[in-house]
Amino acid sequence: MAAKLKFDAVKVGDAIPTITIENVARPDFVRYAGASGDFVPLHYDQTFVEAAGIPTVFAQGMWTAGCLSRCLTDFAGAGQVRRFKVRFARQVWPGDTLSCRGKVTAKSEANGEKLVEGDLEVVNQKGEATVKGVFRVAAA
Amino acid sequence: MMDKSIVGKTGKPFSMPIEWGKVREFARAVRDPNPVYFDPDLAKKECGGIPIPVTFLQTSAFWQTAESMPPLDMFDLRRILHGEQEFEFFKPILVGDTLTGVARVADLYEKEGGRGGKMTFLVVETAYTNQRNEKVALARFVLVETGQAVGG
Repeated sequence: MAAKLKFDAVKVGDAIPTITIENVARPDFVRYAGASGDFVPLHYDQTFVEAAGIPTVFAQGMWTAGCLSRCLTDFAGAGQVRRFKVRFARQVWPGDTLSCRGKVTAKSEANGEKLVEGDLEVVNQKGEATVKGVFRVAAA
Repeated sequence: MMDKSIVGKTGKPFSMPIEWGKVREFARAVRDPNPVYFDPDLAKKECGGIPIPVTFLQTSAFWQTAESMPPLDMFDLRRILHGEQEFEFFKPILVGDTLTGVARVADLYEKEGGRGGKMTFLVVETAYTNQRNEKVALARFVLVETGQAVGG
């Protein structure tokens, strides 16, 4: 597999590369609904959300999580992710700009694999965390 | 009222073929331009085939039916939130594989919440094997039923 990450070159406390998602927009949610099969109307049906007293459609949590997961494949290589866990903290709205970022918290070896673990978060333009998570990737 | 008897109940196994078109569409949807999802030759060289994006198993929504979900009729869908989602990977998953998923109610518990009142947490785990019967992944989600309507 395509391990990009050299175990010996990683230190606890290192930041992983940040990905910026500029200008979140309604078409992102529509595209994700079609791609994922998540057709909960809160994410694309303005009439439905207004009737529920919500000002506008907002992102599927798993759309934001998908954007965040790219940090890991960019960092460690596709096929190298062993664990990805997210908790949804706050909604993502059209017009938001998101920073997807993380840092290394531990290194270990198990079952013959060199593993790097860490924390992840997606933060909006106001500095609020929208998704928080943890990861484990395999390194070479 | 919480009925713990659903813990351990499983849905009917479902089949999920891993298709390139769907992988590309998904990668685009989460704004991931990584060429391994778009260039089969490069993917073959780097990963032995076209890999799936980390959260791609969410597309099991296209393959699951009511019978492949554990029984959840006790929940009020107007008060349900997706609280957490986790994936663990044990072996590579590549385009061309056919996975079999089995969903199981792993846990059910209550906590006192804030303004939403008592909250009920449901943990569902879906175990995936491939066409060689190798255990490849586990997806785990936590649904939260709040004491009042989500929009309220």
